[in-house]
Amino acid sequence: MNDQPLILAFCCHYCAYAAADIAGSMRLQYPSNVRVLRLPCTGKVEIDYLLTAFERGVDGVIVAGCLEGGCHFLEGNLRARKRVERAKQILSEVGLEPERLEMYNLSSAEGNRFAEIVTEMSEQVAKLGPSPLRPDRNTVEQNFREMTQQAEATIAGEIQ
Amino acid sequence: MIVADRKNVQEIRDMIKDHDRVLLVGCGTCVTVCLAGGEREVGILGSALRMALKLIGRGNVVVDECTIERQCEDAFIDILATRVSEYDAVVSFGCGAGVQALAERFGKMPVYPGLNTQFIGILESQGVWTEKCAGCGNCRLGEFAGICPITRCAKHMFNGPCGGSRDGKCEVNPDLECGWQLIYDRACALGILERLGAIAEPHDWSTGLDGGPRKVVREDQRINT
Repeated sequence: MNDQPLILAFCCHYCAYAAADIAGSMRLQYPSNVRVLRLPCTGKVEIDYLLTAFERGVDGVIVAGCLEGGCHFLEGNLRARKRVERAKQILSEVGLEPERLEMYNLSSAEGNRFAEIVTEMSEQVAKLGPSPLRPDRNTVEQNFREMTQQAEATIAGEIQ
Repeated sequence: MIVADRKNVQEIRDMIKDHDRVLLVGCGTCVTVCLAGGEREVGILGSALRMALKLIGRGNVVVDECTIERQCEDAFIDILATRVSEYDAVVSFGCGAGVQALAERFGKMPVYPGLNTQFIGILESQGVWTEKCAGCGNCRLGEFAGICPITRCAKHMFNGPCGGSRDGKCEVNPDLECGWQLIYDRACALGILERLGAIAEPHDWSTGLDGGPRKVVREDQRINT
């Protein structure tokens, strides 16, 4: 368990978050090292959210939004993909592998796909090894909790 | 506005790596609008620099961020005065004028540039800025239908077009519009094409970059002189 990479998944409320829920309802097995952070849309993702996650020691980051053309806010997921590309560029300048960050698209019905994405990313990050910025596991877990609480506080009232 | 873009993270990291406490200072004016050195961008670069320093074993370097309204006016720099003394280096995310204004104000503090200042330009479309003005100090846009031959023509020609204009594009770069085609088209639209028949006089570059830094003085606005 302690050797598994720690991954933070920024999940859109309207697709990936629901897909994660379905994956759970379907009792699908996927790595337990992923922490889900809910956003009203991946268009809410800013580059500094992604960098802050790495700064606080996560090994990998997933941004999971709606299928292209299916965004609840029309083009939030398209904007997110561009920001993810920019963040990957900055990560590579920093000296971290850009493969630690990936964007995926899926629909709210795809519980299977969510489990696949998490497994795929977990394997990809495991190959890269732990982040050289990672503090001890408890600190990272505490950071996860803080980031999730901040995100939930920020979006409180935004999702109807 | 003045348009700039950020330097590579490693370039900034190497400038500051020998300091222990570094303050990144953003500017809330032009470089905020061109998404290069405002509060958000300074936050992103702060995060990137902290990680980059840690990866070279300099994780103990303190990198903090703040953004002031305008770096090119001393009155706005006042806000920084007390805070800067807590650091041993400053990285300015203002334009070249901002960097130098901070350096003049804080005589004993190393001040490094976080941006590459590019040009005076406009927002062409979301995320795209284009150069429009060279700041030559002797504006002749009235002669050229409101389109500047210095910035818009790759050869800075005052009597164009040259032989490299093809289908409205410049021979220097097929994606570049020919400045003189633009001047011609606009002169036609305005019904002033005959004005372009006259030979344009050579430009007076004495108001340009020659003779050291230029000054603009408004005596009626000066105080205590």
